Amino acid sequence: MLKLNSFRGGIHPPDSKITASKAIEKAKLPASVIILLHQHVGAPCKPLVKEGDEVKAGQKIGDSDSFVSAPVHSSISGVVKGISTQLSPIGSEVQGIIIESDGKEEMEMMDAIDPATATKREILARIREAGIVGLGGEAFPTHVKLSPPEGKEIDTVILNGSECEPCMTSDHRLMLEQPDKVVNGMKAIMKVLEVDRGFMGIEDNKADAIERMRAVVEKEGDGRIKVVPLKTKYPQGAERILIKTILNREIPSGGYSCDIGVIVQNVSTAKAIYDAVYEGIPLIERAVTVTGDVKEPKNLLVRIGTSFHELIEECGGFRGEEGKILNGGPMRGIAQYKDVPVIKSIRCILVLDIEKSRIPEERECTSCGTCIEACPIGLMPTALGKLVRKKRFEDCTDYHILDCVECGSCTYVCPSKIPLVQLITYGKEEINRSKNAC
Amino acid sequence: MPAELIVSHSPHVRSDASIDTIFYAVIIALIPATVCGIYLFGIRALYVILVCISSAMLTEYVAMRLMGEMELSIDDLLHLRLPPPTGVIITGLLLALCLPPNIPLWMAAIGAAFAVAFAKCAFGGLGHNIFNPALVGRAFLMASWPVAMTTWTKPLTYDAITTATPLGLWKMQDIATPYMDLALGNVSGSIGETSAIALLIGGIYLIAKRYIDWRTPLSYIGTVAVLAFVLGQDPIFHILAGGLFLGAFFMATDYVTTPITRKGRIIFGVGAGIIVVVIRLIGGYPEGVCFSILLMNAFTPLIDRHVRPQVYGVKRKSFFVSSANK
Repeated sequence: MLKLNSFRGGIHPPDSKITASKAIEKAKLPASVIILLHQHVGAPCKPLVKEGDEVKAGQKIGDSDSFVSAPVHSSISGVVKGISTQLSPIGSEVQGIIIESDGKEEMEMMDAIDPATATKREILARIREAGIVGLGGEAFPTHVKLSPPEGKEIDTVILNGSECEPCMTSDHRLMLEQPDKVVNGMKAIMKVLEVDRGFMGIEDNKADAIERMRAVVEKEGDGRIKVVPLKTKYPQGAERILIKTILNREIPSGGYSCDIGVIVQNVSTAKAIYDAVYEGIPLIERAVTVTGDVKEPKNLLVRIGTSFHELIEECGGFRGEEGKILNGGPMRGIAQYKDVPVIKSIRCILVLDIEKSRIPEERECTSCGTCIEACPIGLMPTALGKLVRKKRFEDCTDYHILDCVECGSCTYVCPSKIPLVQLITYGKEEINRSKNAC
Repeated sequence: MPAELIVSHSPHVRSDASIDTIFYAVIIALIPATVCGIYLFGIRALYVILVCISSAMLTEYVAMRLMGEMELSIDDLLHLRLPPPTGVIITGLLLALCLPPNIPLWMAAIGAAFAVAFAKCAFGGLGHNIFNPALVGRAFLMASWPVAMTTWTKPLTYDAITTATPLGLWKMQDIATPYMDLALGNVSGSIGETSAIALLIGGIYLIAKRYIDWRTPLSYIGTVAVLAFVLGQDPIFHILAGGLFLGAFFMATDYVTTPITRKGRIIFGVGAGIIVVVIRLIGGYPEGVCFSILLMNAFTPLIDRHVRPQVYGVKRKSFFVSSANK
């Protein structure tokens, strides 16, 4: 057998994908939702409705004049109850529109477009209008990512189906249940970018998804798309690592993937593009894995704006004493301290009991080098950690701190339980802050 | 939503590895060599080992208390409520393994105390020392009591018949020792260094467990073999005799005092290998493992500063940047 596509470093955390065999089911229609006006990277939206307005599901209720931004839509039909400051699951405070359901499921849709005849510009406008952002977690507006700057020649599209983060299964289920939509969404992306070469990277712990995707690609891929099985290893799905694994190209330090002619999109983004283009449905719901220490872990099709609490309750509530609630998986998830609404980029809600939430006691660094072996980028996390503690930020830059992708592999493996990625993240923020201050 | 949730930065899972499991693995890996030493040199060897370990532990407790790193009352001591002795057991054991079996016990105790107090605690304790503490202890004893440190006993006689080590015989009288005796340990020497096979078992265990990097022992032993061969010596004799295996698997692989990167570890091994051959062939001592590692320990901060892994997306630095390309 051929050597599987892999990369240097990385770790093998227990994958805990207990919901892998559970089909995506529709979540209960929420009684009310909070649609945040800032769910993406870029400028926040301004509300297009006011208190008391009636809205339909799919109606645009927030937009911005900025290019780097994406509109938001109501995910249910009902009445606007107010607009106020809300906590977002990525930790910031943003404006949010509260909508109370009227129980009717009235839907406002756009016209379907046929990508075969539509122009590039039309498809891009549709992607923007549907509010699509990177659904793999980065939440970067997709129409911006699909409009590479002048002079950047794009030759390859990579669809990311690696789902390397433990516990998550929403992408896996999507690839199994709606592979044709994913592939057609990918074809729309390739059309927009005028690219004839596409790869779909899937980790080999999802053999069924690889098989299913291969069958669909065979039929619909026009010979331009190839499914690439990847060795299961975290962080295989990080953009830089994925490109290196599949194409053996490296994004230059400080650069972007378009610098080397590649655009990476998540499989769920491709599916959302399919919905928007082929069926005219804006992004108002997505698949979310609710897992961990809940009584009944599930993959749910969730309306944007549903509260975390409601979804956890729908999965039977906490099992054991509650410890942490995460937006995301165990490696990169963001811990929540209050109830928050689902936003577009949420793939997983992970609940951890008190035992698993304990923060281990830190010991001295013995220079064992395990963190260096684990770093997929080739950094020296322990050296960076020590420099950050001494606030020697200039030396940190010399040690390439800004190239860190914050995957957390170093902290995971450290036998002395030193919070390495935490220190590095802090160091990066300090450096970026002083850069911006200049 | 529950009222009290724990908030922390990701990652939210950690591996099972801990420094204590690694330390215990090293102790387990040293058991074959220790048992061999006690079998070859008798109960006397066991006394030396126990004295070294207890002296090392006691010194660390006292030093940590003096430094205010640990609050320890008499009551705690009496009830054995002690913090895990972490690396200090290894320091004591390793020192004992590189001492002659008939060394006076008080000297062994002083050696261990010096090793821990000056080579480890004075630098700030675990993780901060520059030199391998056990080897500093041995070097200190070598300098203070050279006669006691070079009086060797014949194995399996248990009555203190003095003799020379294989390297001593080779250097002074040009007598070669059979490979079999060197491999099994049926020769005179330090308590734990004589049996190459016992040390190899422990070393392979640590490599298989991925607690040590195979690059260090391989480059170290390999350099000694190649260099000995090039200089017209018997390479197999040179790698089996003396303390090379003990040093290569258990001292040159010490995390704290050796380079942190793969490339750095190879440089360390090659450098130490060259120094061993130079001392054995040209120097005054028949054996050079101890000093080779200590000297390379001194280079470790320099190696770590300049030898770094290749960073993703950063152009490889060329050694020869020609001005024409600029």
